[in-house]
Amino acid sequence: MNRCIRIEPVTRIEGHAKITIEVDETGAVSSARFHVTEFRGFEKICQGRPFQEMPGLMARVCGICPVSHVLASSKAGDMLLGVEIPRAAEKQRRLVNYAQVLQSHALSFFHLSAPDLLLGFDSPAPKRNIFGLLAEDQDFARRGIRLRQFGQRIIETVGGKRIHPGWSGPGGVSRQFTNAQRDEILSWIPEVLESIHLALGRLKSLLDSFPEELNHIGNFPSLFLATVNDEGGLEYYDGTIRIVDSAGNCIAEHLDPTRYSTFLGEASEDYSYMKFPFYRPFGYPQGHYRVGPLARLNVARFAGTSLADRELREFKQRGEGAVCQSFHYHLARLIEMLHCAERIEELMADRDLFDDNIHAKASLNRREGIGSCEAPRGTLFHHYWVDKNGLMTKADLLIATAQNNHAMNASVEQTARRFLKPLEESNDFEEGMVNRVEAAIRCYDPCLSCSTHALGRMRLVVEIVNNGAVLRRLTRSGA
Amino acid sequence: MSVRTLEVDGKMITALEGQTIFSAAWDSGIHIPRLCHLGGLSDVGACRLCLVEIDGQKRLQPSCMTKVAEDMVVRTNTPALRAHRRLIVELLLAERNHVCSVCVLNGACELQDLAAQLGVDHVRLRPQYPTLDVDLSHDRFGLDHNRCILCTRCVRVCDEVEGAHTWDVAGRGKNSRVITDLGEPWGESASCTSCGKCVQVCPTGALFSKGKTVADMRKDRGFLRYIVTAREKKLWIA
Repeated sequence: MNRCIRIEPVTRIEGHAKITIEVDETGAVSSARFHVTEFRGFEKICQGRPFQEMPGLMARVCGICPVSHVLASSKAGDMLLGVEIPRAAEKQRRLVNYAQVLQSHALSFFHLSAPDLLLGFDSPAPKRNIFGLLAEDQDFARRGIRLRQFGQRIIETVGGKRIHPGWSGPGGVSRQFTNAQRDEILSWIPEVLESIHLALGRLKSLLDSFPEELNHIGNFPSLFLATVNDEGGLEYYDGTIRIVDSAGNCIAEHLDPTRYSTFLGEASEDYSYMKFPFYRPFGYPQGHYRVGPLARLNVARFAGTSLADRELREFKQRGEGAVCQSFHYHLARLIEMLHCAERIEELMADRDLFDDNIHAKASLNRREGIGSCEAPRGTLFHHYWVDKNGLMTKADLLIATAQNNHAMNASVEQTARRFLKPLEESNDFEEGMVNRVEAAIRCYDPCLSCSTHALGRMRLVVEIVNNGAVLRRLTRSGA
Repeated sequence: MSVRTLEVDGKMITALEGQTIFSAAWDSGIHIPRLCHLGGLSDVGACRLCLVEIDGQKRLQPSCMTKVAEDMVVRTNTPALRAHRRLIVELLLAERNHVCSVCVLNGACELQDLAAQLGVDHVRLRPQYPTLDVDLSHDRFGLDHNRCILCTRCVRVCDEVEGAHTWDVAGRGKNSRVITDLGEPWGESASCTSCGKCVQVCPTGALFSKGKTVADMRKDRGFLRYIVTAREKKLWIA
């Protein structure tokens, strides 16, 4: 008798989604899918509005990574103006982007995934959260919360607001960076580096205790796509696109992100509101690729900062060519946090950052603008079209989480096939095993409100279906 | 000019004959809320936020249009008046698409400040969500009808101070719109001198300087006092 498991809502993720797992007569998983159940329509809302308003408006796509949207939108605006922005503005944007990657990764690791990793996938569900973690290891959990606070504090002090900072717009930024801000940021650095090292050591020592999860939660070949700088190093704000395959071979490099539509296509499936981007030369679905921390570390030749480079070299040894286990997204995230903290410290000594020339003055010079940057979850593209007066006629957003859509589905299916076995005495499934299916999603730290630019509450549902009839529905309120 | 004595909110104040209750009250430190009034421009009594209760009169009166009288007893801040004012602000917010979070004037908007002052934490009326245009045809300035509250400050400053009378109001009721000249796009207006006075007096983000991002704009109305004072004292006439 066929059955279907539906996990709804999927917990401890940013957004609203469900997982459906089909089980055949023998109890084996026949298919598993990750559905995003939100729909928003930012691309419609922005029509008829001035393009200068876009950074503020598009930031509302997401409360976790608003800075990425502000930056991609500002860069699209820079292109519409046809200007190169002052160096101080660029440095400020870089600084805030590093801060955001750091705070978002801290949220993903400490608040959302650490409960699985540190307390165990099979630990009691009511304790498998940040509060359970606080009860178990208060110092470690507090450090995670403080790391996030550090990132948020930089965003607040430089951007004016912790969430949805509006200081950056087409042409540059609106406030000068000061010595007082530098001093405050620098005072955090020793604690931040210590906390990240502590988390790195802890995670690395734990990896050996998860051999099953490591090799069966999203371990498959795929392409990896990320932005790199001119030398092929890790880059988050501005650079070119590089793509490698699972053997670590470079498939393409020096791709201009403003021409993304020539090499990236989008397919859609009827079971999800989220699109399925693919690398055009390989076609769909063969051209599916992963983005985000794992992809960035696989794609980059080096990090460019001493501590992160040491970790990166060690990280790259975990794979043959590229590291293909999505479980290593967690480790990649921590290495990126280290890199961001180092870069933030470096920037504090950069005199360009303090310059008072922060805004390029120009009027509309182009009708089409594209901005891209590396968001915490991967490469983000904003593509705008405007009329002769600068009113938006069309917008197209290609979001990091959407680019991981295929990989998330593949991971859910692989994890379900491996771990989900019905209990003999009942029709039920072991809760810890169902949690592993959710954990497969959490590796990617998906931000579903971003990926659908959609309205919705944060919930995720697992449903077990038998010949179309729902046998069991596991629902949990928001993460 | 003779002096009148009246009571406002239990306080005895003096005012010049011909002065409005609004002006006399502000001179005495009693700040009656307003959106359409602006010192230096004529009054039109459009926003109705400055309505006050006057002893012996059944109707509420707009204080910006009502002259002081001897022994007048005025109340400017009763629970009924606060309820009326709150409703007026809610009506304004429901009528068009006021989205503070993406507005250039967020944090420095008179409508936003007043809503906060009156405790408007939600709007009880159904929003109308009209489809309204944004005019960015002018080189330096933009007009967003979504944020316009039809206070007509722009119309008055352009007519009375700049002397161009580029702005006016077309249509009636909910179809009323401020227009430039005979409804041409602002950038094609033959009479506009691009002085920017309208932008500075606008209480909301309806008129704004182009290139400004969210919460990036502050309005400067210092020019108005300077021009009006100079004109009254005939400083520019040789």
